[in-house]
Amino acid sequence: MSALTYEDVISKYEPVLGLEVHVELNTNSKMFCGCSTIFGAEPNTQTCPVCLALPGALPVVNEKAIESTILIGLALNCSIAPFSRFARKNYFYPDMPKNFQISQYDEPICVNGYVDVEIDTDEGPKSFRIEIERVHMEEDTGKSLHVGGSTGRIHGADYSLLDYNRAGIPLVEIVTKIVPGTGKYAPEVAKAYVAELRDILRALGVSDVKMEQGSLRCDANVSLRLIGSDVLGTRSETKNVNSLRSVERAVRGEMIRHAERLNKGEKVVQETRHFQEDTGLTRSGRSKEQAEDYRYFPEPDLVPVAPDAQWIEKLRASLPERPSLRRKRLQEQWSVPDKEMAAMINADVLNLVEETVLLGSDPTKARSWWLGEISRLANEKDVTISELAISAKDVAEIVSLVAQGELTDKLARGVVEGVIAGEGTPAQVIASRGIKVVNDDGALMAAIEKVCSEQSETAEKVRNGHVPAAGALIGAVMKETKGQADAARVRELLLGHLGQAAN
Amino acid sequence: MIKNSAAEMAQSLASGTITSVALTQAHLDRIAEVDGKVHAFLHVDTQGALKQAADVDAARARGEKLGPLAGVPLALKDVLVQKDVPTTCGSKILEGWRPPYDSTVVSKLKGAGVVILGKTNMDEFAMGSSTENSAYGPTHNPWDLTRIPGGSGGGSSAALAAFEAPLAIGTDTGGSIRQPAAVTGTVGVKPTYGGVSRYGLVAFSSSLDQAGPCARTVLDTALLHEVIAGHDPKDSTSINAPVPQVVAAAKSGDVKGMKIGVVKELNGDGYQAGVRQRFEESLELLAQAGAEIVEVSAPNFEYALAAYYLIAPSECSSNLARFDAMRYGLRVGDTDGASAESVMNMTREVGFGREVKRRILLGTYALSSGYYDAYYGSAQKVRTLITQDFNNAFAKCDVMVSPTCPTTAFKIGEKANDPLAMYLNDIATIPVNMAGIGGMSLPCGVASEDGLPVGFQIMSPVMQDQRMYSVGAALEAALLSKWGAPLLSQAPSLGGAA
Repeated sequence: MSALTYEDVISKYEPVLGLEVHVELNTNSKMFCGCSTIFGAEPNTQTCPVCLALPGALPVVNEKAIESTILIGLALNCSIAPFSRFARKNYFYPDMPKNFQISQYDEPICVNGYVDVEIDTDEGPKSFRIEIERVHMEEDTGKSLHVGGSTGRIHGADYSLLDYNRAGIPLVEIVTKIVPGTGKYAPEVAKAYVAELRDILRALGVSDVKMEQGSLRCDANVSLRLIGSDVLGTRSETKNVNSLRSVERAVRGEMIRHAERLNKGEKVVQETRHFQEDTGLTRSGRSKEQAEDYRYFPEPDLVPVAPDAQWIEKLRASLPERPSLRRKRLQEQWSVPDKEMAAMINADVLNLVEETVLLGSDPTKARSWWLGEISRLANEKDVTISELAISAKDVAEIVSLVAQGELTDKLARGVVEGVIAGEGTPAQVIASRGIKVVNDDGALMAAIEKVCSEQSETAEKVRNGHVPAAGALIGAVMKETKGQADAARVRELLLGHLGQAAN
Repeated sequence: MIKNSAAEMAQSLASGTITSVALTQAHLDRIAEVDGKVHAFLHVDTQGALKQAADVDAARARGEKLGPLAGVPLALKDVLVQKDVPTTCGSKILEGWRPPYDSTVVSKLKGAGVVILGKTNMDEFAMGSSTENSAYGPTHNPWDLTRIPGGSGGGSSAALAAFEAPLAIGTDTGGSIRQPAAVTGTVGVKPTYGGVSRYGLVAFSSSLDQAGPCARTVLDTALLHEVIAGHDPKDSTSINAPVPQVVAAAKSGDVKGMKIGVVKELNGDGYQAGVRQRFEESLELLAQAGAEIVEVSAPNFEYALAAYYLIAPSECSSNLARFDAMRYGLRVGDTDGASAESVMNMTREVGFGREVKRRILLGTYALSSGYYDAYYGSAQKVRTLITQDFNNAFAKCDVMVSPTCPTTAFKIGEKANDPLAMYLNDIATIPVNMAGIGGMSLPCGVASEDGLPVGFQIMSPVMQDQRMYSVGAALEAALLSKWGAPLLSQAPSLGGAA
């Protein structure tokens, strides 16, 4: 469909990004009432007069949510406003019980921060600074389920079901300033920014940051301008971008779509677009040309937020290590080559490897399990590694068993597979599958003698000094012992048996 | 018995000369007799009230320690939610809705053993000054059934004046407690904003709304004030400080050495002669009781009405957005294939009355992009200036006073088609809401030209509510000794047995 290549686009245009990330906080209760926030409960069981907007009910701010937001602001190098206010954003929609959203408008709680992200470029790793305009608090809406009709959208549906469990869940919105100067790396920078934010938020412990469950959602604003121009082009805002990979695809796709229009002399329409996971393309949502007027005004039911300076300093002192610094530290501690480090980050196993190492495993062994066999199984099942039923504790146990000679690498792979298949802990898998290393030299010798008599010609070659021929015999012994023998010990005993020094 | 004060009824209950069930039944009987003429109530909760009364009697029989108003009946304005009892706010859009929860005011009343007789009529969503904007028909002033009982809380004030209840709860956004009190010859208090929880008070204008006590005497009002006031963690705007000692102030009624500031701008042109006459006489009585009368000026009050009619509609346009037919109340046009949007539109079209729609439109316009600064923004600045006027004046006096309303009760229908004339009735009460301070209206006689009650307004600084009770009690005592009997004894009998 695209006549233009990405190279065509970037040879003529400079992309300008703007990223808005919504984060659901992991507080126990909602933003303005005491209802539970647990994901996946029966519809409308986590509601009360406040989050259902019954007449007369009033909001009360969740202190923990304010604390989390300040932590986020501090981690993003923002200033914390000594005085900020909530505002009402007015618009009608059935899944918004009050028909206004309590948000923050011209007085957000955190302003003017930045995040540095590093990506691989043709000239090696390069750092980009993403400036943060604001971080503010708001509440989530309920969910609509449109039944009937082909699109799953409200138009054409037979009826709609409303679930208000999500209504009032605390949300934090993180908005960047415009991000120019990323050139052809715009898609990677966008992805790296969201990944960095996710890591920071996870390190802070303020959110589950699960993009697939919607606890971290990214809206990507993209515009193009001719290279050398300092006038901003018209932007589109792509919503519904539910994975890191999609962030990159959405930005790239929009750059191409804009360029195609601009090349044809058409205008880019300022609008909301929805990312389509299957095609990687976006489709038009509502146009922003008939811009909705949200009639913002200060929320009269809530008093201003005025965090005291001491509290802010206490929170600042409690900030965890910045993820980028932590990565540098771990890379040094573990002596990991750049490429391997990048692979770990890309596969999102850094935390798992670190946890495994902290449980006593050798860093190289831990890394090779997570990046190797476990990644392979995840790919095979088409899931993310974190979705597999194997923990750092399991891997540490397996690494330890191998080190003690209780398992061979091959047997260990079987144990990993068993754990992932839900057969229990490594110990349980070993017991139920009857896996054990044959390290009884007598049993091994019996097998060796049997194989040597069956393949006497090969045995004779080895006896005459042609050591490489031993490989076939070792293989046969391993087969004989159903793979439960330690291959090194088999080699040692076999060569001894045939009068050759094992070395 | 039903003509006694609540304090007297409480005494009879405590001494065992009457039971709460008997007292409650007497009021239910009175309602049955006269409410066909007055129409103060939208809903009478006969069973609930008698049950509550029986519970109080039983508790008393067990020797439990009870609050000072335990067993005394009360009329509740239909803008406060009471669990399982219909709450309409005088609007069709909430017809049939039974709230699943109690407002904090109702919880406190129940906790204190106050018996809730039912819900009283009001201008729809508290928007109005005559109770003519109720979707369920107007309430009539017991002094003259062809006249308005004030608004928005006309049902509560009329219930008091008609002896249907000795106590009532009102809410006051721009005068909705004080103006009805003034025109019915009863007492009404708007406490300091944040003094009484708004949780469960269906919002008209959140930054101005305040629930408060209504009764026939200053002491009864004070007793009820202490029952309903206090910090509530469910209302972020409620003040976390001890409740002012209003009962003590009402009992002592001491004004010796107090400086009473007469607001220059709230008198003179536009005020009915008989209203001014009663007001001047009251000032003399207060001076005789030992107060010093001074004149204070509040130059920005002239902008209060205009600013109020930007702020209140702005907030109401947002507060009333939740009435969308989705979760409760009326639903219109929900036929096969109708969209949610068309059901919302049709429901709001049918469910809201003209005045409510007028204010939603005004507020939507005032908050619109491009108009916000000129309208809502300017109105907030006026609000700050009015607060400064009060601060400057309170530097020179302890309380400020004025007539509560420019006129006595007007005829039903007289101003129904002239909203501006209607709005002007609240010109003296609105500044109090804009500044969030306390205000009281108590009867100071009848106007000589029409024989209708006149209200005397007392204003006190934030969380100094006890001051208005001191002054109100002093004036009430002086007037009573002058009249020899309460003002309401001059009201027509309504043909009831009492």
